[in-house]
Amino acid sequence: MSETRPNPTVFDLFAGFFMVGVCGFGGVLPWARRMIVDQRKWLTPIEFTEMLGLCQFLPGGNIMNVTIALGSRFRGIPGALACFLGLMTAPVAIVIMLGAIYDQYAGYAPVRRAFVALSAAAAAYLVANAWKIASPLWGRKLAMAIAACTFVAIAVLRLPMLVVMPVLAIGSTFVLWRFRA
Amino acid sequence: MNTLWELASVYAQLSLLAFGGANAVIPEMQRQVVDVHHWMSAHDFAALYALAQAAPGPNMMVVSLVGWRVAGFWGALVTTGSVALPSSVLTLLVSGVWFRFKDAPWRKAIQAGLLPVTAGLIMASAALLIQTTVVDLAAAAVAVVAGGLFFFTKLHPLLILGGAAAAGAIGLVG
Repeated sequence: MSETRPNPTVFDLFAGFFMVGVCGFGGVLPWARRMIVDQRKWLTPIEFTEMLGLCQFLPGGNIMNVTIALGSRFRGIPGALACFLGLMTAPVAIVIMLGAIYDQYAGYAPVRRAFVALSAAAAAYLVANAWKIASPLWGRKLAMAIAACTFVAIAVLRLPMLVVMPVLAIGSTFVLWRFRA
Repeated sequence: MNTLWELASVYAQLSLLAFGGANAVIPEMQRQVVDVHHWMSAHDFAALYALAQAAPGPNMMVVSLVGWRVAGFWGALVTTGSVALPSSVLTLLVSGVWFRFKDAPWRKAIQAGLLPVTAGLIMASAALLIQTTVVDLAAAAVAVVAGGLFFFTKLHPLLILGGAAAAGAIGLVG
């Protein structure tokens, strides 16, 4: 296989992520993977997994971090900006349009009722997601206790995250490492 | 002008706290936006979150929407930029040297340590949104049915959200 290294231009980067932003209903990640690995072949599957691993490890939106890591890898800071703007432009415009429409019609009973139901369904969606994210923890007592502490600190005691997060992140890393749990 | 600065400082902080993405910082976002700065009610916040879920794009969209609601077009620009900039600079700096640490034991230890914290954070987000959105029995019924569909079927999430909104609009619930 004498494949040449991919060499996307700043415009290619923008265009690729623009399509991801437009298509990405209900989670952008599968679409990003399809575009980057399958369609444009900018990264091999292994390279993509490694890059995603980094982007999930760092704070911030995972897919936002992917735009920065991938863009800068090919075209430096202009490339990172092109990927980021490509991803965000259309969704931000669309979500603001939806917001304006909602404001316009929020007074009508059917719209208001639709939103009560939509809000409850969106909250349920997050519950289902939380369940999936927590599933690797089942049966690991120490990890489950840490998750429970986090839940209580944030949802029940409503403590500021800026204080809670460093304590929990460092404490959790140390405890799990120390007890090999 | 003052509000824009406040938005910028709130969202720049959230950027560096968002281990696990936007959903992990929903409680802190709600605390700042509703309790600390009184920019909107908890119900408005939940409605904006729901609206953002119904739009395409990354799940950070609620950030832009809050900015827009608080301070219009510039608000949306400021919150979106502020939530992106700190984490992006960090990504830019780290991604160049990452391959050196890929298999380092300390990196695996931190990643393992962050997982239960992220899980707890997202559960907290979910609990707070349920608490704000389940305003009556009908909304509770929607949450239970939708939750079951999300969990047990492979239906597209947007289909379920759309179905819930439609059921609400025609007066089945709500």
